[in-house]
Amino acid sequence: MPQRKDIQSILVIGSGPIVIGQACEFDYSGTQACKALRELGYRVLLINSNPATIMTDPSVADATYIEPLTVEFVEQVIVREKPDAILPTVGGQTALNLAMALDKAGILEKHGVELIGAKPEAIFVGEDRAAFKAAMEEIGLVCPRARTVSNMADAEAALEETGLPAIVRPSFTMGGAGGGVAYNIDEFRDIVSNGLDLSPVTEVLVEESIIGWKEFELEVMRDMADNVIIICSIENLDPMGVHTGDSITVAPAQTLTDVEYQTLRDYSQRIIRRIGVETGGSNIQYAINPMDGAIRVIEMNPRVSRSSALASKATGFPIAKIAAQLAVGLHLDEIDNDITRQTPASFEPVLDYVIVKIPRWNFEKFAQATRVLGTSMKSVGEVMGIGRTFDEALLKAISSLEGGYGTSQDCTDQQMRERLAIATPDRLPAVFEAMRRGMDATEIGRLTGMDRWFLGRMMDIVAVENTLRGRFLSGVSTEELHAAKRMGMPDEHLGMLLACDEASVNARLRAEGIRPVFKRVDTCAAEFESHTPYLYSTFEEECESGDSPSDRVIILGNGPNRIGQGLEFDYACCHASFAVREAGLTSVMVNCNPETVSTDYDTSDKLYFEPITAEHVGAIIEKEKPLGVILQFGGQTPLKLAHRIGPVLGTSPDAIDLCEDRERFNNLMLELDIPQPEGAIARTPAEAQLAATRIGFPVLTRPSYVLGGRAMFICFDQKDFDSALVEALAASENNTLLIDRYLQGAVEYDVDALCDGTDVHIAGIMEHVEAAGVHSGDSTAVLPPVQLSEINRRRIIDYVTRIALRLEVVGLVNVQMAIQGEKIFVIEVNPRASRTVPFVAKATGIPVAAIATRLLLGEKLSDMDLEPRGAGLYFIKAPVFPWGRFPGSDVVLGPEMRSTGEVMGIGWSFGEAYAKALIAAGMTLPVEGGVFLSVIDDDKPLLPAIAGSLRHLGFKLYATAGTHAYLTKSGVPVELVLKVREGRPDVVDHIKNGKIQLIINTPLGKKSVMDEQAMRLAGLRHGVPTITTMEAAKAVVAAIRSLKAGELRVIKLQEIV
Amino acid sequence: MGGILLLEDGRSFSGQGFGASASLVGEIVFNTAMTGYQEVLTDPSYREQIVAMTVPHVGNTGVNAVDEESTVIHPRGMVARSFSKRWSNHRAKGGLDHYLRAAGIPGLDGVDTRALVRHIRQKGAMKAVISTDGKPAAELLELLESWPGMAGRALAVAVSTPKVYTYADPEIPTWKVNVLDGGCKRNILRLFAQTGARVRVFPALSTADELAQDADAVFVSNGPGDPAALPEMKANLQSLVGELPLLGICLGHQLLALSLGAQTYKLAFGHRGANHPVKDLDTGKVEVTSQNHGFCVTQESLEKVGARVTHVNLNDKTVAGFVHEEKRVMGIQYHPEAAPGPHDAQHLLLERFARFAGHSKGA
Repeated sequence: MPQRKDIQSILVIGSGPIVIGQACEFDYSGTQACKALRELGYRVLLINSNPATIMTDPSVADATYIEPLTVEFVEQVIVREKPDAILPTVGGQTALNLAMALDKAGILEKHGVELIGAKPEAIFVGEDRAAFKAAMEEIGLVCPRARTVSNMADAEAALEETGLPAIVRPSFTMGGAGGGVAYNIDEFRDIVSNGLDLSPVTEVLVEESIIGWKEFELEVMRDMADNVIIICSIENLDPMGVHTGDSITVAPAQTLTDVEYQTLRDYSQRIIRRIGVETGGSNIQYAINPMDGAIRVIEMNPRVSRSSALASKATGFPIAKIAAQLAVGLHLDEIDNDITRQTPASFEPVLDYVIVKIPRWNFEKFAQATRVLGTSMKSVGEVMGIGRTFDEALLKAISSLEGGYGTSQDCTDQQMRERLAIATPDRLPAVFEAMRRGMDATEIGRLTGMDRWFLGRMMDIVAVENTLRGRFLSGVSTEELHAAKRMGMPDEHLGMLLACDEASVNARLRAEGIRPVFKRVDTCAAEFESHTPYLYSTFEEECESGDSPSDRVIILGNGPNRIGQGLEFDYACCHASFAVREAGLTSVMVNCNPETVSTDYDTSDKLYFEPITAEHVGAIIEKEKPLGVILQFGGQTPLKLAHRIGPVLGTSPDAIDLCEDRERFNNLMLELDIPQPEGAIARTPAEAQLAATRIGFPVLTRPSYVLGGRAMFICFDQKDFDSALVEALAASENNTLLIDRYLQGAVEYDVDALCDGTDVHIAGIMEHVEAAGVHSGDSTAVLPPVQLSEINRRRIIDYVTRIALRLEVVGLVNVQMAIQGEKIFVIEVNPRASRTVPFVAKATGIPVAAIATRLLLGEKLSDMDLEPRGAGLYFIKAPVFPWGRFPGSDVVLGPEMRSTGEVMGIGWSFGEAYAKALIAAGMTLPVEGGVFLSVIDDDKPLLPAIAGSLRHLGFKLYATAGTHAYLTKSGVPVELVLKVREGRPDVVDHIKNGKIQLIINTPLGKKSVMDEQAMRLAGLRHGVPTITTMEAAKAVVAAIRSLKAGELRVIKLQEIV
Repeated sequence: MGGILLLEDGRSFSGQGFGASASLVGEIVFNTAMTGYQEVLTDPSYREQIVAMTVPHVGNTGVNAVDEESTVIHPRGMVARSFSKRWSNHRAKGGLDHYLRAAGIPGLDGVDTRALVRHIRQKGAMKAVISTDGKPAAELLELLESWPGMAGRALAVAVSTPKVYTYADPEIPTWKVNVLDGGCKRNILRLFAQTGARVRVFPALSTADELAQDADAVFVSNGPGDPAALPEMKANLQSLVGELPLLGICLGHQLLALSLGAQTYKLAFGHRGANHPVKDLDTGKVEVTSQNHGFCVTQESLEKVGARVTHVNLNDKTVAGFVHEEKRVMGIQYHPEAAPGPHDAQHLLLERFARFAGHSKGA
């Protein structure tokens, strides 16, 4: 059937801000879908609140709305744009839920809009556990046996079905609290009785334990003609019990015979047909008992998922693009395979390589949270390694983690056994360490539940290590070296084994001609010619990299997403690539992150899916002989290589160093006569103490050279300082600490500027809503600034201009400043693309990253049109935090970055923009009810104005003793509530009872008092927004005012002038 | 020890020996299926071939007795990027290394199979020698030259059953099929048996009379080699055309086409894998199929003799199935019995063949 002609315009729903479990893979899928639908001639409308995405670039859709993903805002878009259909399957769970809500609210029917890709009924059966289970039984498949019970007798009866061990899960408890695995009947009764108590609905689920079973996933696609194909099989190295997003996974599946694989394939076809996903991709998860092959169906996602993104990158099959094409009626055999150009998409990709995905976690940022991995996903990013064998793919994936991998060398044998038995990020290093210590694979398999085939291959790696360890490089034969490289062992690791440095190993390999070749990912194991240079390195005979028609420019990506280095950098790298292409050159992308647009095979002229290390990038440079390498768009990852690879395009590596090296930077500021906060460098605790005493509290302490404000603290007194010192020293790589005066009450500014060495263009000045001290990545920022005087604006521009010219910046530079009183301080200079580049580009309409790339290639600012748009509008960037994933961590903002993503609010007033940003960030902004106030003494003078406004808006006010007294004295009527431990009912009770809809609580110092934390957590659990700074409180009042006035109207990006 | 794969055109690939220590000659072909190495090794259609698996790891799941498609290993050797010494599967009874060694078949490990595939893709399937016993190059060349190659050799006769046997004999059979065995895979017989059929298997050179005896249809099996090299089988089938329904898979499909007067030709490097899209022109549906053939029937010649192309391979638009309604002949080029491969087309063996046979009889 040809594509549908009865629909002309399609609304694509994006996935919103990056959160754990829903990251930039949906920028990738949404962008692919938009491009595909436009190519087919449809008018494409897009709504997504995340400005850091490629999909929200105005050129990707015909009409783009950066607006909150709520029913109200989508309805406004529907009313304005009158789409014929909505595609909800490429924007993650967010888009799917939103589509269901739109359907339920009758909005789809009212406006005559059709859901394409998946119908509401199919989404319901796919998502609802009970309905899914019933559907599976109907087609003769088995889900884990389970029963929901509400008393002990029924629970014991349920055991007959599930057997022991059984898993008990209380309903509706936070983070699965009160649940557990029961191995005997006594334990079972204990857990059930406790669980029934804890569950607010007195209900527990008794479930058959399949912990330790092997886990597999199949990516399935179906078209309107009911053709069903399997794109990829994925096998989890971690057995059942660990969320697949937190598991190390391998494709294709390695331990299934054809009989078993085809059984899963048959099941998948039956499932997608029964659930009724009409078109597009789905992901189905299975558990297999390694002892007897019994199969359980775990779940299905009736949409493009994180695993689909991985499967797309693993196979070269563009699942999201094809899902969009199928959604408008095309059949698989009517779509060409882009890679071969001569075969249709109705085939199943075959791999002649192996991929390994390893998640990347950020537990160090949530000190109080447990590191144990379970059924709730906690990783923030992932890497993929491609190799011709599992060993090589695994070792390349580990290299891609940039040392975020860790070792278990320091643990005792007993600790090691625990690390093997309990799934944490330390498990993989512990497996290798256990092997090095001689533990046999059977025992490791028993403790970890990992399949012995994988363990066997890892044993082979350790065996090679053992033959090399302790010898001299000169004594190792060419054959031995070659074998180690073929296995995937990185130069750095070989250096460690052979007690020499990486460079010596590399030099020897080059001298002996042991060099990698590059193979193509082509969907067909070389059966057909491929036209897409999607490449990976390996140590074999034939190289397929191919020649380019023009000079090459290499762009280094940002590696795995992590807090502080995420999607924003991928956005910049993609734009760099587009600009390089536009300039008539060959763009060559290097990255190892499967979730990104940059690792799409058609983003660049050539894609090397490789670790971003000196070794791997060096080999690519050797092969491509590029004009230069661009490393200023990928965050810290490529910058670390600045001195080891080249030629670097743009700002010199030395200028980058200058800004990172505190002493040199101080001298530069002195030379330019630009003030900095008083500060010092300390290399010992004694020096640190001396500095703190000299500067005086409050001070800001941090290790030098870290990302995202890791272990950065504001110390108000000696006690704070003592504990901060310990943590900062532990986090510091070189034992160097920076101690600075903390600019209390200052307003922070973030400036992104472009420089060609002669001229400077200020791309954007952002003003933080929170006072200085909150990490810039966690701050809410507004463009244009609302508090900045003209004279200070000129001074900021002057400082930035002088700094950029002095550093001889070519490309982008980001300067962070603070204004305290009338004094401007420069806090930090980063001569590279910053996290705010996409936000500035969206807010001003100037393609900042593309222009920076043109500067790197030699163009001049004076030849460019840099007239910003959007006069009269306010653009607000607000962060989104993963608190819910880390029960136990406090929700207070500080100098250490902890947000995973951001949203943008656009409005004709500050209040409107801020309200939209908060709603987009998931906050339920109240328009009535109670507000709880509790602020520290320093903040009290500002409170009466805020409290008065809230009262004026109709809110009832509550406050604890001190705040209550102050407000009463100021003449603001307020009700007294008790703090935790002052008696009941206390503030937490009020929150739980729904009397409080907004919390304004500014915390004391770094370590918040326990009862404050309990209150903020209660707020988190009950969806009550908590505001922790006075500046944000003021802004929230403005936002509520706008919301109540009904001023929030959608604004189309393309109509901003 | 070190081993080598030496191709007729002089290109060679080195690796490590696996399985038996030997030097054997055959036609080098590649298979892109990602599972099912044991089924491939026991598929008689691989007779006198050396199979390179494009999936990097083989041996992972060991071997077991149930997954065999015949009782012996047919290829002359297996080439892979990485053989696994260790295996893991609850059904495994042993390892691939021993399995090959016991059969006297060498394996070559550590080969740049991707380069090999690209070479075959460009130059076509060709003679090759796989050597893991350290034989000097001169002897290997001699081996290569002395081997007659696949063309013109009646390999199907060599792998056929020596005598008639009954595979399934239910009390009240739903239908009766006589299988002409040119190297029949077990799963074809299993699936026929599942339909409730009485299944009897006949040697390749059985006469038309023998074949037609007490049957609703004659099924001509898959098998190795060049269909044009089997004039006797073709002649026997020719005299059956029109007498009773004739069904065929792969080599059987080609033989039936020849017996109708159509022509076959050799593909440059064949179709071997488990991911080939085939379109059923009657229903418009696409099936992902298991394939293993080096020869093909030309579409024009089929149409000229009054047959209708029913199935097309979407990758290269070659004929994947035909029907001659009037003469009641139906051929399928690929492998609905899978093993290894997807089950999308199993309905042909489970329903359509029987219907074709039954319908023609009843009409």
